[in-house]
This record gives sequence, C-alpha cells and structure tokens, in this order.
Amino acid sequence: MMSAPNKSYDPVEVEALKPEVIDQAKAEALAAVAAAGDLEELREVKAAHAGDRSPLALANREIGALPPHAKAEAGKRVGQARGAVGQALKQRQEELERERDERVLVEEAVDVTLPYDRMPAGARHPLTTFSERVEDIFVAMGYEVAEGPEVEAEWFNFDALNIAPDHPARTMQDTFFVKAGQGAGNGGESAGDEEGESGVVLRTHTSPVQIRTMLERRPPLYVICPGRVFRTDELDATHTPVFTQVELLAVDEGLTMADLKGTLDHMVRELFGEGVHTRLRPNYFPFTEPSAEMDMVCYRCHGASVGDPDRPCRTCSSEGWIELGGCGMVNPRVLTACGVDPEKYSGFAFGFGIERMMMFRHNVEDMRDMVEGDVRFTRPFGMEI
Amino acid sequence: MRAPLSWLREYVELPAGETGRDVAAKLIEAGLEVETVEKLGAGLKGPLVVGKVLAIEELTGFKKPIRYCQVDVGQSNSTGEPQNIVCGATNFAVGDKVVVVLPGAVLPGDFAISARKTYGKVSEGMICSAAELGMGDDHGGIIVLPPEYEPGTDAIELLELVDEVLDIAVTPDRGYCLSMRGIARETATAYGQQLRDPALLDVPSPNEHGFRVEVADPKGCDRFSARTVTGLRPDARSPIWLQRRLQKAGMRPVSLPVDITNYVMLELGSPLHAYDRERLHGHISVRRAAPGERLTTLDGGKRKLDPEDLVIADEQGPIGLAGVMGGVNSEIADPEQDPATGEWRGTTEVVVEAAHFDPVTVARTSRRHKISSEASRRFERGVDPEAAAAAAQRTVDLLVLLAGGTAEAGVTEFAAPHGPRTIKIDAGHPDRVAGVAYGREAVVRRLQQVGCDVYGQDELTVTVPSWRSDLTDPNDLAEEVIRLEGYENLPSTLPRPPAGRGLTERQRLLRRTGRALAGAGYVEALDYPFVGAASFDQLGLPEDDPRRRTVTLVNPLSDEEPGMRTTLLPGLLATLRRNEGRGSQGGQGGLALFETGLVFRPTGAETRATRLRVDARPGDEEIAALGDALPEQPRHVATVLAGQRETSGWWGKGRAAEWADAVESARTVAREAGVELTVRNAQYDPWHPGRCAALYVTHDGAEVLAGHAGELHPRVVKAMGLPERTSAMELDLDLLGRAGGGVVPAPRVSGFPVATRDVALVVDESVPAAEVESALRGGAGELLESVRLFDVFTGEQLGEGKKSLAYALRFRAADRTLKAEEASAARDAAVAAAVERTGAVLRGAEAGPEAPAG
Repeated sequence: MMSAPNKSYDPVEVEALKPEVIDQAKAEALAAVAAAGDLEELREVKAAHAGDRSPLALANREIGALPPHAKAEAGKRVGQARGAVGQALKQRQEELERERDERVLVEEAVDVTLPYDRMPAGARHPLTTFSERVEDIFVAMGYEVAEGPEVEAEWFNFDALNIAPDHPARTMQDTFFVKAGQGAGNGGESAGDEEGESGVVLRTHTSPVQIRTMLERRPPLYVICPGRVFRTDELDATHTPVFTQVELLAVDEGLTMADLKGTLDHMVRELFGEGVHTRLRPNYFPFTEPSAEMDMVCYRCHGASVGDPDRPCRTCSSEGWIELGGCGMVNPRVLTACGVDPEKYSGFAFGFGIERMMMFRHNVEDMRDMVEGDVRFTRPFGMEI
Repeated sequence: MRAPLSWLREYVELPAGETGRDVAAKLIEAGLEVETVEKLGAGLKGPLVVGKVLAIEELTGFKKPIRYCQVDVGQSNSTGEPQNIVCGATNFAVGDKVVVVLPGAVLPGDFAISARKTYGKVSEGMICSAAELGMGDDHGGIIVLPPEYEPGTDAIELLELVDEVLDIAVTPDRGYCLSMRGIARETATAYGQQLRDPALLDVPSPNEHGFRVEVADPKGCDRFSARTVTGLRPDARSPIWLQRRLQKAGMRPVSLPVDITNYVMLELGSPLHAYDRERLHGHISVRRAAPGERLTTLDGGKRKLDPEDLVIADEQGPIGLAGVMGGVNSEIADPEQDPATGEWRGTTEVVVEAAHFDPVTVARTSRRHKISSEASRRFERGVDPEAAAAAAQRTVDLLVLLAGGTAEAGVTEFAAPHGPRTIKIDAGHPDRVAGVAYGREAVVRRLQQVGCDVYGQDELTVTVPSWRSDLTDPNDLAEEVIRLEGYENLPSTLPRPPAGRGLTERQRLLRRTGRALAGAGYVEALDYPFVGAASFDQLGLPEDDPRRRTVTLVNPLSDEEPGMRTTLLPGLLATLRRNEGRGSQGGQGGLALFETGLVFRPTGAETRATRLRVDARPGDEEIAALGDALPEQPRHVATVLAGQRETSGWWGKGRAAEWADAVESARTVAREAGVELTVRNAQYDPWHPGRCAALYVTHDGAEVLAGHAGELHPRVVKAMGLPERTSAMELDLDLLGRAGGGVVPAPRVSGFPVATRDVALVVDESVPAAEVESALRGGAGELLESVRLFDVFTGEQLGEGKKSLAYALRFRAADRTLKAEEASAARDAAVAAAVERTGAVLRGAEAGPEAPAG
C-alpha cells in the first residue's frame, strides 16, 4: 500500500461509490442470481443487476466524476463487483440451461421397446444363398461359376456323359422329356430316334454344364456349376421334382483322387466347421471312373452317437456319417467326347443336392418348406446363409 | 440282391463269430452298397419242433372252423405224451407233419407262448404258419412238412429260421453281384480268402445229340446251352433248404423245376428258362420277331412283338422274349393230382436253356414291353457268358437229384466266337489316378483278385474275367485297384487352380438384384416352372398371345400343367395366394415376393436335337445345331405384392401396396443393372389397362421393351383369388444386364450454392408426367442439377381434363454462384420446352425474385 498522506484525498463523497454500497449491490446481485429459479427469472435478474439501470452500472457511471486520483480505486472496486456478478450470471445461466436440457430430454423420453414392423423385412431364399455360399468357397480358390440351360439337349445331359441310349443309368433318372414339334420346323437329322422325339429334356443334373464348359474352354478348368435340375418325383417330405444341385469340375494335368478328396474336405470344413471331413465309398456313375459316394462326418455328433443309444443324433440318425452326393474322376470317355486329351489331362467332379444339405445343416424337416415359398420359412434366412 | 449269410458261408471260409454287420462293413468298404442287414429269427426261442397230427376233433358252435388236435411231439415235451392244441387252420390232415411251438417258447415279435384256455379247451402250444415263424408273407395256412421228419425234431434248425440277410443295392456296372457267386467273390477278396466257385462244375462236351437250337442272330445271342432232362416226378416238391434259400433271397417257391432255375440264377447269376418239352413244336431258334408276331408272356401280358425284339421260337412261333420273360405256350405245368386215381400229372420232360443275350437288346425289349424281370435286370447289367454251360449243368444236376429225372446225353451248345477281352494299362496308371504310390506289385495282385490275368512289366496286358463286362478301360482297372486298396486310405491334397476371374457381370447382377429387392422388403420365392392352359386363362391372355406357346413335356407330373413357364407370374402369384391363404403375412401386414429364374420361349424354329458323336469332339457347327433345338431361356425377374406395403401401428397409418410400388421395384432392379428405365403407359395383360407401365431400356442405341409393371387387372385378381389391388412387375433381367453396366463416370460435385425454382405446369390429363419431366430436362440446359415432381393436383379451377404438375428445379454451376437471373433464365427455358412439347401452361412459379403470385 502506498502510504501517502491523506491530504490529497478529495473530500467530495459520491454515495454510489462507497465501498459498502458497492459491496451491498454486489451481494444483492449475487443473491438474486442464486435465487433465479429458471432462465426467465435469470433474465430478469440480469436486467436488474447487470443491466444498464442496475446499481453497479449506475455506480460505474459516477466514476468519471471523481478526481483523477480516486478514479483508479473506485474503478477497480466497481469493476471487480461487476465481474463477479457477470461471472455468477454466466455460471447460473449454464446451470439453468443444463437443467432445462435435462428436463427436455426427460420429457422427450420414449419407450424404446415399442415394436416397429412398419416395413416388414425381405429375404433371399436359402437355396439361393446356400448355393452362393458354396460358390464363394470355390471362387476364393480360383474356380469360376459356370451356367447352362435348364431345357437341355439329350446329348449334353446323357450321351456326352457316357450314358448311352440303352444304358441302365438312363432309366435310373426319371427324366422329363420335351415334346417335339414345338416350333414350325423339324428339319434336324435324327440319329435313330423314334418318331416324334425332340432329343430335348429338362436337365436331370447339372453335369451337362461340365460338357458345355469343356467344349467352350481349354484346360486347366476349374468351375462350379449350381443350378436347378428336374426329375419326375412327386413332391413329398423328402422329394421334389425340381431341386438345386451344385456340381464341381476340375480338369488339369495330374489331378488325382487325392485332390478330389482334399477339395471335398476343404468344402465341408468351410461349410460345417473344423474337424469335419469326408470319406469316399466306391459307387458307379457313367461319367466318372473311378466313382465314389461321398459322406461327411456328422458335424453335430462327430460320430459320438454311433452305438450309443443314450446319445442319439437326429442329424445323422446315429450313423456318424451323412451322405452328401456322388463324385469321381472324370471318365476319360467324357474328356474324349469334349475334345480334351485324356492322355494329357485328368479331372475330377462332384455333385450334391442343396436341398439335402439344407435339411441337415438347418434341420429342415420337410422338403415342402423349401418349395412352397412361405415367407415365414424364408424370412429368417435373411441375405446370406 | 438279398444274400443270406448262411448261404454265403458255403463259398467263403468266414471267421466263426463273424456277424452280418461285420460282413456288411467289409463289403461296403469294397464298394457294395449294403442297405440293410436283416436278422431273421431274432428273439426266437424254442421249443419249436416237428409234430405229427394224431387226431383232429372239429369243434362246433364258433364263427369259424376250430380244430382240437392231438399232436405227437416225440420227447420234446419231456413227457412223450401227445400235446393238445387248438388250431384255426384246416389245411392239414391226420398223419401230417407240422411245426409245433410249445409253451415256454418265444416267437418273432416277442410273442411268448404258454398253455392257455381257448374255445373251451386248453391249448398246449400252437401249430405254426410260415408268417408266424417269420419265414415270409405266405398266408396259406399252417406249414405241412414233408413226411420224412421225426416228431420232436428241432424245427428252428430244420427250417433254418435263424440267419442274417444282407440286402445289397447293386449298381448298374456290377451285374455279377446279382448272384451269390459274385457277392461271395467280393467277400472272399475282402477277407483274403479263397473263393469256392460254384461255377466250377464238370460239364460234358457239346455233342450232336442235344436238342436242336438255331441261333439266327449271334449278335443278340452269343451263347446258348440247351439240356434235356426226362422222367421228372410231377409230385416232387422243393426240399425245405431250397425253399428257405429262395424265401430268404426274396423269391417265392413255386414248383420244383421253376424253383431250381431260380435257385441256380441266384447262385450263379445266369438267368435260366425251362421249357416243357412236350409243348415244344420242333426245334428252337433264336431270332428277331417277325412283323405281326404275338406272344402271351408268363405274366399274362399279350404282347405285340417288335421286329427288334429278340425271341426264342419253336416252329410254330415265339415261345419267349429272350432274356426277358417266357411265354405261356411252353410253360412248365403246375403239378396236379387226379382226384380219382390219386395220380400226379405235370411236366415230366424239360428243355433247360442257359444263354447269354445282348444287354442293349434285352434293355430295349424290357423297356418297350414294360417288363422288368429278374432275368432282364441281370442281362441289362451284365451276365457271365462263360457261366451258361455250368448253369445248365447245375440245373440238370438238381433236377436229377430232387425230381428223380434223367439227364439226356445230348448237350447243345452254341458259342459265337470271340476271344478274351484285354486292356493295356501302364502299371503306374492306378497310382496316377489315385495320387498314391501303390506300386506295380500291389496293382497286379489286386487285378488278379478281381479275376484278371495280368502279363507284362511296365505296361500290363490285362485279360478281364468273363463276368466283368463293365471292365473296358484303364480307369476301370484303376478303380478296381483303388477300391480294393481302400478308398478310405486315399490322402487329402488340394490342387492349385490358376487365378480365376471371379463372378461374371451377369452373376453379379443376379446377386445384386436379389439383395436389392430383399432390401426393399421382398421375400424370394422359387417356384416350379410348370404351367398349363388354365394358368394363362386366369391371366386373361388372349388366345394368340405368344406367352401361350410353351415348351411342352411328354411326361408332365400333372396333365393340367404340361408346359414350361413363359412368364414368372403364374408361379409367383400362386405363391402369393398360398401365403395369403395361410395368413403367412401376419396380423395386418402385406405380402411382397420376388423371383428370379429362367423362362422358356420356343423360337418356333426348333430343330430336332441330334445325337452327336462321343468318340471325339463334335464339330462346332454340330454343337451349334444342338443349340438350335433349344428354346430361348432368358432369366426374368418378377415381383408381386398385395396388402399393406407399410403397416399401420403406433406410429400412424400404414400404406397399401399399389401399382407405383411395382414400378418402383422395376426401378430398383434397373438401378442395380445400371440402366435407366423409360416408363410409358401401356395396356398389356394381365395388368389393369389404366395402371400398367411398359418398361423400356436402351440397348445398342435402340429402345427395347424390357417388361411391365403395375396393378393387376381386377378380373385376373378375381380369377386367381388374389387380394384386391395385387400389383406385379416382370422384367427380362438378361436384357437389363446387356443394356446396363459399364463404368460409371464420377459426377462433378459443385460446392457452389444451389438455386431452386418451383414451377407448376397445367397439362391435359393424358399427358404423361414422364414426358413433361423429360421436356423440362431438355430445356433447362446444363445448369440443371435435378428435377423433382413434388405435387400433382386436379381441381375445378384448372378446368375439365387438366392436371397441374408441380416441379422443383434445382440449378447449380460448377464454377460460380449462380445469379438469380441465370437460374430464372434456365427455368424459363425449361418451361418453354415443356410448353412447346406438351402443351403445358405455366400456372405459377415461386421462389424467384420476380415470381408472380400464383
């Protein structure tokens, strides 16, 4: 503190600038701010205690009338008081805004458990998405997806696949035959066909796509062929006349049955998880030689249910194995018919039914559910499977 | 083929405790499909014995005849006294030998026997029928045994009631396994045992004295043995063992000569036929049928023969369809007893035929006449031609042994000359096929086990056995080696394909389409592609509509639906209706379905598909010609929807599905295909004539119709029983794929402010909004960023037949903020174009500074 003699002090006293008055005004202002219950009240408090006509503002105006030596002290006092009030106002303002916001949020609260089925979800059919899943496994390995027509020439469906006209295998598959004379002209040569035969069928398997692929492209060939096939079965719980097959064909130099087995093992691991593998059993198909039936270890019980009546497995009927389909090394006669040199190239192929796989992968109990298009069945499968 | 284990043991030395399941497991590994192992006599417990009927008392006063019998069962009841047994059958007499089950025994099916009171008497057991003993489904009363068995003899052993039968599904290449001989051969190999080959018989050399046979068609019949047996006793019956083996193999005993031929067929795999010699006229010939010839076959079928049918004939005409079925005119007579003299009459002289017929000929005849017999099944799949003489000999032996006959010395044998079949195979070939190093020694050993003769070192010359007509190529031999080495021992390796190209654009589009429609709330259905006239009638298609011309099936599942779909709508609408009928849509929801799939459109110029060569690649032109035999098969996409598109709920009102949703689903697909659809009003069945949009795409510079969308015709809705206002869309997805795609050029996104101008244009109601918008776009110039129709309005103040279309035009420049007058000038140009092209009148324009009041 500067200890100057008091004589320099101007005795003119301004009431409003008295320290006790300032302190009083500040205290009142702070009390009013604290007492403001909402933003509206605070606005009024602000006008009364920090506005142009507020005591502190009026006091501030008096400072100019003071002698120069008194200005500093008075200015400081008033400034501090106004600062404190302004600070309090700001704080209170924020407080009240926060309270208001919180109140609004509380008021805006809703019951988020309300259902919202305004636009029911769509879905793709599981047979479609399952096929795609299988495709994707092989596309990732470098295979390509090949397609072919569903109404197919018998040569593609049978002859080129080493199924001769009178081969017993030809009667094994119950074939839908197409009537001749659909169109105007029937000028084609018929090689020993009976009168009226069109030589056209609904394909009974996806194997004709193998033939088309080999005719159109050169080896090495690695293709996967999903598609609809047709047999004259009546629809029941386990049969459908229209079903979905996936066929695989690989033609390259030096392919072996071990490669076939490895490829199958890879597929079932991808679809059913680690530890699932396949076994091959000898079988007969005209278009493969050697041929095999392929089974996979039951992915649910892993064989534990076999011979254990206490732990029956519905998926594999406690057999431990699930039959998948047929496979084998492409018969060299088929390669020959397609112009692929069997001395240089070998191939393997397999085919299986998507419906059957669906039945044991997803516990579909009735084939009809996959056929009838009931949205209750399809919807849960969503976009991918 | 059903193979009883007891019979199998006759040819293979199996370990004593080996069960049917054990044998089945071995055979499955070797590639035979053993479907079931049936346990005969499971749970059966004696005493079950031979009894002699001593006395019969007919009880009266019951609804059916009841007999109270005294039966001698020897010492088997430990008293030696006769058993008193009540019996409901009447096919036996005093003195007959029968099968008696005594109290304490258990019959198959957990049927415990005890002494019990019935029909007022105590019955101490039961006289048994074949069905009760699990011997077959023969319900011809109780079993009457041949007289030679002593009372008290154990009948379980006598009737071979306890056994196991392997039921094997034989694949078409393994015809030899349709015989005990073939299955025994596989069993012997699987167990590393020697086969006792039942075909190894002493057969006398052919001579001139045999029954005369002329084979006129050695291609159809390359082997024919004929033997004659005379002096057969007509009363001779098949012994129990023979009957039991036939029954276990699934055949019904008939008469001794027939049973013997069946037995030998089961044993050796060679189908045989026995002719009643007294009914033959002159010599036998094997030839193709002459035009107009007829034959009544043993099944009673009256057959009109085809010149391709191979027949056995005598001098009066056909007596059998070769390898398929004999004729009634030379049938062995069933033995008959003369009621007056008690003398038996029947066939006493037979000519036995054991032949080999061409598989294709037999298959065709079998298919042509729709006869599938035990013989034809075998010939189609391959019968051992070399076994014919042995089969004839075996038959003769059994006829002599069991029927008291005498074999004539004459032995007829015709054999078309052909040498043994050989295959050359590199000794390393099976290794290369399998991907396993078996080595030459293993390869040779396995081939020998199959029955091959093998010569050579690195290149093997393999002579295949006569019963394996399926072995023709090196890979066939490789399969034999690999299966005997065990498929289960193959290692697991992965090939390394070259880099692939991933999915094609068409495949990607198909997936995107599915995802986009499912994302828009549609559920995919996969419908059967079968349609009929009724489908098109319901859609109200005119008689000459090209969609009525279908690919038609010869053998449809239903005669009502013989065609293949030309549109996806019939199937998809039926599925919609099915869902609706079941209430599958839930409380108040709607149904929205989609399908992608092929439709089949005859070109009208289909040629007949020929049978191309298979011994080498056919020429490109030939392959292309096969394509001409097929219909067009484009992939379509369709949607159908009905009911609420958006449901009502706590959020407010829902919205009904309508024509606009169907059109929008087409745009959804088009967006995925990267094409812009041009939409025009159209009239096209089955759509509502005022609510149908034709959808066009531009392909190769030309506008092409790609499909339709809108609300269905109310008549169609009614005819198909669909929900009101059902809407539908169908597009040629392949066409969209061809028209779309390509690389999307990135838009230039301007950061300068937008200038908006709204205009309301009054046009005739017949003017499509799409045309007005197109005119606005055309006139607005390149400053135009977007046009959006935000209101359609009709009202009195507009005048009759007028509508007002309100558009928001947004203008923006790439390089500057637009001046108000620039935006307005562009707006004016747009309006001027609309006025010129559509006759529009500007009703008002807002948002511009100089906008006049509306």
